[in-house]
Amino acid sequence: MSTSIKDTTRKLLDQQTQSGKHKRRKINDLLARYGIAIGGMSVIVAVVLICFYLLWVVLPIFKPAAVELEKEYSWSQQQLLHLEVEEYGEIAFGLGANGSMQFADVENNDLIANFELPQQQNITAFAQLDLKGMMAVAYQDGSVQLMKQDYAISYPDNQRKLTPSVQYPFGEDAVSFADTEVQMLNGKLWEDGLLLTGLTANNQIVVKEFYVEQSFLGEGLELEEANSDTIQLGFTPAYLLATQGPGWLYAIGQKGQMSAYRFESGEWLLKETKQLTESGVEVTRADFLLGQVSLMIGGSDGVISQWFQVRNDNGGSELTKIRDFKLADDPITHIVPEARRKGFIATDSQGKIGVFYTTSERMLEELSFGQPIEALAINSRSNKLLVVGKDRQANTFFIENEHPEISWSALWNEVFYEGYEEPTFTWQSSASTNDYESKFSLVPLSFGTLKAAFYAMLFAVPLAIFGAIFTAYFMAPKMRSMVKPTVEIMEALPTVILGFLAGLWLAPIIEETLVGFLLTIILLPMFTVLFGLAWNKAPDSIRHSIPDGWQAALLLPVIIAGTMFAFWIGEPVEAWLFNGDMPRWLDDHGMNYDQRNSLVVGLAMGFAVIPTIFSITEDAIFSVPKHLTNGSLALGASQWQTLTRVVLPTASPGIFSALMIGLGRAVGETMIVLMATGNTPVMDMNIFEGMRTLSANIAVEMPESEVGSSHYRVLFLAAFVLFLFTFAFNTVAEVVRQRLRNKYGSL
Amino acid sequence: MSKKFFNSGQHWVWLNAGAISISIIMVVGLLLLIAVRGLEHFWPAEVKTFEVMQDEQKTQVMGEIHNTEDDIQDGVERQQYLIKMGNRDVYGLDFKWLDVKNITETSTHEDVIVVERREWGNLYGFLNSVKKDGTLYKEDPQVLQDIIERALNIHEQIRDIEKGDIGSINYEIEQLRLEQRRLELENEFNDEAKAEIEQRKDQLQQQFLKHQEDLQVLYAEIKRDTAEFSLIGGEKITLTAGNIVRAFQPNQMGFWSKLGHYFSKIGEFIFDEPREANTEGGVFPAIFGTVMMVLLMSVIVTPLGVVAAVYMREYAKQGPLTRTIRIAVNNLAGVPSIVYGVFGLGFFVYFLGGSIDELFYPEVGPSPMFGTPGLIWASLTLALLTLPVVIVSTEEGLARIPKSIREGSLALGATKFETLRKTVLPMASPAMMTGLILAVARAAGEVAPLMLVGVVKLAPTLPLDGNAPFLHLERKFMHLGFHIYDVGFQSPNVEAARPLVYATALLLVLIIIILNIAAIKIRNNLREKYKSLEQ
Repeated sequence: MSTSIKDTTRKLLDQQTQSGKHKRRKINDLLARYGIAIGGMSVIVAVVLICFYLLWVVLPIFKPAAVELEKEYSWSQQQLLHLEVEEYGEIAFGLGANGSMQFADVENNDLIANFELPQQQNITAFAQLDLKGMMAVAYQDGSVQLMKQDYAISYPDNQRKLTPSVQYPFGEDAVSFADTEVQMLNGKLWEDGLLLTGLTANNQIVVKEFYVEQSFLGEGLELEEANSDTIQLGFTPAYLLATQGPGWLYAIGQKGQMSAYRFESGEWLLKETKQLTESGVEVTRADFLLGQVSLMIGGSDGVISQWFQVRNDNGGSELTKIRDFKLADDPITHIVPEARRKGFIATDSQGKIGVFYTTSERMLEELSFGQPIEALAINSRSNKLLVVGKDRQANTFFIENEHPEISWSALWNEVFYEGYEEPTFTWQSSASTNDYESKFSLVPLSFGTLKAAFYAMLFAVPLAIFGAIFTAYFMAPKMRSMVKPTVEIMEALPTVILGFLAGLWLAPIIEETLVGFLLTIILLPMFTVLFGLAWNKAPDSIRHSIPDGWQAALLLPVIIAGTMFAFWIGEPVEAWLFNGDMPRWLDDHGMNYDQRNSLVVGLAMGFAVIPTIFSITEDAIFSVPKHLTNGSLALGASQWQTLTRVVLPTASPGIFSALMIGLGRAVGETMIVLMATGNTPVMDMNIFEGMRTLSANIAVEMPESEVGSSHYRVLFLAAFVLFLFTFAFNTVAEVVRQRLRNKYGSL
Repeated sequence: MSKKFFNSGQHWVWLNAGAISISIIMVVGLLLLIAVRGLEHFWPAEVKTFEVMQDEQKTQVMGEIHNTEDDIQDGVERQQYLIKMGNRDVYGLDFKWLDVKNITETSTHEDVIVVERREWGNLYGFLNSVKKDGTLYKEDPQVLQDIIERALNIHEQIRDIEKGDIGSINYEIEQLRLEQRRLELENEFNDEAKAEIEQRKDQLQQQFLKHQEDLQVLYAEIKRDTAEFSLIGGEKITLTAGNIVRAFQPNQMGFWSKLGHYFSKIGEFIFDEPREANTEGGVFPAIFGTVMMVLLMSVIVTPLGVVAAVYMREYAKQGPLTRTIRIAVNNLAGVPSIVYGVFGLGFFVYFLGGSIDELFYPEVGPSPMFGTPGLIWASLTLALLTLPVVIVSTEEGLARIPKSIREGSLALGATKFETLRKTVLPMASPAMMTGLILAVARAAGEVAPLMLVGVVKLAPTLPLDGNAPFLHLERKFMHLGFHIYDVGFQSPNVEAARPLVYATALLLVLIIIILNIAAIKIRNNLREKYKSLEQ
């Protein structure tokens, strides 16, 4: 009988297995196991990827430039006066000393077009007038020929085709400039003017300014002489450098003597003379950087120094050395500025080539050409470099140099920017003009972030921690069950609403009643303690009508009344102490007052941080085991003594982690600072001034920044810094909290 | 006695009590402030007439008292009224500060009429005459209401045609253009395809012209009736009925009619579209955008969060690695939201969206379709942002389920997956719900990341409409939180827009508080439930 039951059961089970039902369940289980594992893992990996993605975007800004040799061939033209590569890096232009102008393929020197100067005269000097292809040569008779490289773009068969030519926008006739032979020529062309300077015999400089006007007939341009002057120099200049405008004219001698002239009310005045090099060092090359503000002086010792005009105390300005770049030990032979940013390429007599950037003080790449260089050129996109050696060997290089303007020092150190009086921390990422020096110092933003967080914590920490102590340790359970959800709701309030109220409601109120507000800070604690004392002395019948643990409810009317009182006496006090208007009084006494200031931010952000700190602190204090406190009380300690000697030390890791998490939240908060400050990146601890934080800066500038640009990547860096900062703080807090939990688990 | 008070640390206890009282007063006060400011905006205010003597000249100003301000300047107390006098087309400004001491007389005219217009803000004045279908009626508010009602009807029709019919024709024409471009790119744009596209284009053009004719008729109709008003200074203004949204006489209204007006204004606020650069009208598109975004986000975040939590709690081996991952996930909740925004913009919008455009929609270039901020990217970014919330909450729920339940199920022969599916997950569902609600509440209030990945101040079209494929994930959308930021801080007429911002803030706060209370309630219920199980 019993065997038959056993058999039947076995049979049934076998059937189930055979029918595949059992198998299917097993397969399902297995599938679910792997499905969930893969799904779960990939979600977690995806989340971790955020960090790596940010890093991946940021990293290119710290890469050095990559220079790659592309082609080697020999250059057919002899004695190059000037070499240029057009924007796309496809066609090279060479001007020979004999007046031949050749357009040739950059890759192999195949001739594309050849032009001759209209006049068959000897050329005595050459000058590049702008970065758009305008040039000038001086003839033997002292006249100047103006011409321009032109690249017409057409799209036959949807392919870009460049057709180079030489144009004469001011006509083919030479412009009369000097009466005698010009040994050296320099000039600048801008929208409505042209300035030519030239050196004639006996160290005399001829300066002529022309107006550029639309000609009456036809479409061409016309030059009209505006003024003309001669300057007698006391030394033989090796370089003449003039700025547009006209503004400055620098004459620099080989021994490093420099005379600076400035065009003021119709004449050239000598403003300054200076020795630019140390004794024994000769100036072997000098040129402007983009924007004609910085002078780059290359010396025989292989050092290129950057100079620009810095305002001094007597209202004038002085040519000041800003920084040095060292290539090698041999004399510098060429300095070629980049056409769209503040970088340059320098070479020395041994054929060494260096790629530099001024703002970031970086030498991005260094390579050797192996022989003396006659001419070199880089296109305006800064990715194609053409070098021609003295023995006609020509090399082309591909340059990848996307983010030269960023370096550790540009981000975190004081930088001497063009036009500034001293090295500063400045964030000013963009401007309207092309030759603007971007200022990417993260210091003012980090400072603003910490400043905002500091004031927020200053307001939030006492309120949150004191409040949490009371709620967890003293408060009646019934009241506690009402207070906790209220604070939780406080945590959920969208920060955009807090920011809006702070900016549009609180800021004007604070400006109006600043004194009253400051008084509340002093008066409220006083009133609270006084009320407590009075309550303590009140007759028992009153005291016993309210059970213990409801003090906070009793204080509600006291605090409201106290605040009103403070605001009420605030006005007379303000009239008495500050002439009725404290913000204006502050302004008069050298303390700037902004309506949307750190005080407002501190209050609003403090409000946002309070619940975070409160909840965690409250949990930590509340979870201190009861037998500890009971033991202390049984030994005769008062409530407060028990709290400070037993409860708080036990809960202190929890409170610490609350502070960390609160700080993390204050550091990353965006909307409140965006709306409650003026968002000016100033560095000042003044509580009545605003700031710009990393997060607000991202919110303001990110939508407008060009994808892949240095600006874009620096903003990613800012986000990465924020990420790291909060992540680190939260991890510390979390680890501390978990250890705390383990500790109490055993108690 | 007082020595004992201080020695025993009682004063510290009172100070601690004070701290929590201040916090409570701040929260409650803030909520009250938003509620009062948000709700009072819709109540029709009395329009007063002030006679002002200034520089020996007597002028009259009519409007609502918008704000009062007291200050002391050089020892003299000064009270000022900020008057909302409307009539921006005549005065140039909506608001005017009046020194109280210059006011010689304040009066209330019974028959003042306030006209809300589609342009130039409110008009405050007196009704002179109404011209209805060529007939002139003198000072008859009833006729005015008639012509307004008629114009509103026509306006509705016009809007239906413009937004609905013409909108979809434009959409189809754009689709045709893209199709043509795609065929060109694939080198399949032959004569046949060309003829077909041309033909469809012609058809659409025909329809468009027909609608255009209808519109002409309606535009003529809406301009038929006019009303003439005179302002307090004697200026006369004639409005076409089509330009009027609403007209009412606040000084004559009783309590009940004011209440009616109040609710009709609230209805307009919730269900209508914004007017006058978002400073008037409703916030419907913003509500709609917020809801759409949050819904999409929920759809994305729930499965991901639950799977990750189930894996970490039920399948992964509990060791240092899992603990590290748990800490990391916890901490992600503390990473600033703007960082997620940056990530969303870089990864989702430019990288993912750009790749989608390149692969599937090469015809849209150079203006990107998915490679630009939009609804889907905003939802994804916020899903990522709220993922830790869901994971943590679900994990907590799973951890709370007593081991005995799992063991019972396994002992009965169920596989692990069956145990999970049939017992554990259903029991953890309230926890998941809590997590989801908290995630939704957080997402609804988040603005900073959205500014980077898809929110705009004014979206011409909703992300959901009648044109296939109906749900347009790539479109930009409006959002309540961003609306507050934009109208409050970027609007040219901040003073006029402020009440509306308070109302929007109130709406947002209400949504979020309700969601949070729901989450708290569910959480508490859940705790109660398992307490009994554990015993």
